[in-house]
Amino acid sequence: MTVTFLMDGKEVIADENKTLLEIARENGIDIPTICFHEVTTANALCRICVVEVEGQRVLQPACIVKGASNMKVQTRSEKVVRARRTILEMLASTMDLSEASEIQMMMYEYGASSSRFPDAERRESEIKDDNPMYVRDYSKCLLCWRCVQVCAEDAQYTFAINFDGRGFETQIGTFFDRTIPETSCVLCGQCVAVCPTGALKPKREFLLEKGISPQEISVLNTGRKKRK
Amino acid sequence: MSEIDLIPLKKELPKFIPLGRSGLLPALHAAQKLYGWLPQEVAAEIAKSLRVPLADVHGVIEFYSLFYNEPVGRSFIRVCTDQACALKGADRLLGNLCKHYDVEPGQTTEDLSLTIERSPCLGLCEQAPAALVDDDAQTNIAPNFQSYDLGIPRSIVYGSIHELTANCGNGTTTLAKYGEYLAYQKALKMKSEDVITEIKSSGLVGRGGAAFPTGIKWEGAAKAEGLQKYIVCNADESEPGTFKDRILLLDDPHRTIEGICIAAHAIGASKGYIYIRAEYPYVIPVLEKALNEAREAGYLGQSFDIEIRVGAGAYICGEETALFESIEGKRGFPRVKPPFPTTNGLFDKPTVINNVETLCNVPLIISKGALKYRKMGTEKSPGTKLFCISGDVVKPGLYEIPFGATLRELLKMAGGVAGKKSLKAVLFGGAAGAFATSEHLNVKMTFEDLRAAGLPLGSGVVMVFDETRDIRDALKRLGKFFAHESCGKCYPCQMGTQRQMEILDRVASGGVLPGDFFRLEDVGWTMTESSLCGLGQTAASAVLSAMKLWPGLFGESQKSNVEGRKISKVSKNSKVPNTVKKSIVKKTTSKVVKKKVSKVKSKAIKKVTKKAAKKK
Repeated sequence: MTVTFLMDGKEVIADENKTLLEIARENGIDIPTICFHEVTTANALCRICVVEVEGQRVLQPACIVKGASNMKVQTRSEKVVRARRTILEMLASTMDLSEASEIQMMMYEYGASSSRFPDAERRESEIKDDNPMYVRDYSKCLLCWRCVQVCAEDAQYTFAINFDGRGFETQIGTFFDRTIPETSCVLCGQCVAVCPTGALKPKREFLLEKGISPQEISVLNTGRKKRK
Repeated sequence: MSEIDLIPLKKELPKFIPLGRSGLLPALHAAQKLYGWLPQEVAAEIAKSLRVPLADVHGVIEFYSLFYNEPVGRSFIRVCTDQACALKGADRLLGNLCKHYDVEPGQTTEDLSLTIERSPCLGLCEQAPAALVDDDAQTNIAPNFQSYDLGIPRSIVYGSIHELTANCGNGTTTLAKYGEYLAYQKALKMKSEDVITEIKSSGLVGRGGAAFPTGIKWEGAAKAEGLQKYIVCNADESEPGTFKDRILLLDDPHRTIEGICIAAHAIGASKGYIYIRAEYPYVIPVLEKALNEAREAGYLGQSFDIEIRVGAGAYICGEETALFESIEGKRGFPRVKPPFPTTNGLFDKPTVINNVETLCNVPLIISKGALKYRKMGTEKSPGTKLFCISGDVVKPGLYEIPFGATLRELLKMAGGVAGKKSLKAVLFGGAAGAFATSEHLNVKMTFEDLRAAGLPLGSGVVMVFDETRDIRDALKRLGKFFAHESCGKCYPCQMGTQRQMEILDRVASGGVLPGDFFRLEDVGWTMTESSLCGLGQTAASAVLSAMKLWPGLFGESQKSNVEGRKISKVSKNSKVPNTVKKSIVKKTTSKVVKKKVSKVKSKAIKKVTKKAAKKK
């Protein structure tokens, strides 16, 4: 079955099981996303993909809301832009986005100011460098949940990581703050692959960025051992 | 840390094992009772027995504020510092207590005998200031804490009608006093569709705050496919200023149980849950006793039974889907809707979840008949409503009135503003509500009139502020409350409640920054319009209402919107020039902001000690 409805005033026809995000992308309409990833279950938590759907009380997340006949969807109305911009400004006031180039692009596009919230508490954390494969810098983490999801039912069923705290003080953490080698982590690397901000980084990349040469790295016991 | 003896825990755990992951919160509660807190070995043992991943157990402990992963006192004093108690000097009381025991809020004495904490609203607002001393309610506490009431809190019940509160105000009504479940027996003789029709015709809508038509909810679950269905009673009453469910459950537990039984029959549920907040520990034995009486009388235990589940300090678990997650042994994260609980609720099965007061209306409707029930109240708001009146009134308490009385009449019934002062404001509907002023005195207490006046009925909170009160202090507390209670799942609420708190702190201290008014508006608007659940969507409700009523409170900042932010057209697919990109990077990385000193101390200390405990 297909559905026909209006998106930004343009008639679109789509499969009834498709989300507004999928339909928008099929029709060349850009809806930004942060937490969404093709391989993880959509949780609709970053709310950057919200759109205005006529008749709905509040803005709707395009990543999970499905298209329906006679819907009227606005993907860039004033309301949508105001919500996206404020969310982006709050993100910039909370974490280190220096390696999140997609989000920097979004901020530019939406006219979001990184200094909108002066005197705001940031989520800062010391770098956790406790295993040979990857480094965790949660000052850069924007809590998209993807790492927790791929570590659990979305991919690896390893369940090495979960959450510390709640609310603004949430952080990704391990059982009683154990180091990665002390957890069930199998170093599969999928969490690193889905991290959008560089909060999780391959150890080798981390060292290269520090200016350590490939030759030096190979003797640091962070991968292959130097052959004698 | 091998000194921890796991044998007592191992004796307790077998009864939770058949529950699987759903047994996690009950097991953690049991373990905390044994050890006083939840050491790593204990958490690991629970994880192993219930077959829950270690990290997930950790995540659950971290989520709920009444689970502790660090040694805490053998005894606890939790002083409520939310709105109603604050009006009665809770801050001074807490200060005096802490001074007396030589601790800071959130800290434990050196000999581990006592921990003193700030607590979100304890639902004892009509007897403020109040505290929870281990499992006892301590109410009407003098600032020097030399005089107070201790034990099961009194029920102060007034009003012009006593339908829902017929058995309230004189201690717990046993089954012998309550009498047979006549309405349930009547319902059992009716077809389940007819029971639903009766509820639909009664016009009953939910009393927990969302005002959803109860009959339609029941019909949805009844029609949903699936053999296993659930009925859940939401007794996680945590909306600041609300205490009606506490009184209904303490004084008349059978009315709620009978309501649950009727709902179960109507939708075809074989299992019911009562999810009660942990801040009502004294209600739990009363409920257990009542359930046993109902079992002995044959109402429960055969084709249908009810289990009590206890929360662990999380306002968000009053949100229906977060409550399901909590029963399932998870962090209390609200789910995305749709799908709705009527088709995909608890354990993904069709579920009806109703508030205590809603369920208390059910036996009334069935025994009277919808027609007669509708004679009470108004055409569009039939029945009676419980109002939780607290703050600066002569007679705070629980008031039952038929829908339709005006706010003026309601306040008059409560003796008017205390101390012969005049009215400054009424916080309506709770923290997630809105402020009213004397201009609203003629508004009728009905869903339709309140909606027209822009006031949410919410859970029936009417908190009165006299002319001498500083609304900025109230706003500051609201800000703290939501920042503390946000689950952290969706971005608008996770960060918005924090930013809102910071701005409201500045407003209260007189240190507003240029642009704060618009910042606060943007944050509030964004939370309202784009949050995932009802908490975020209402976290700015009272603040935004105050901004409309008293813009002057928010400093001169409203005039100094230096940024001149107008919604501008956004260019699509625009590329970020390298120079701009660099400057953004520079800004975000170079901006180092000092931690705010005014941060809730107890929270900060708890966080620090939690972290310290982990390192051990």
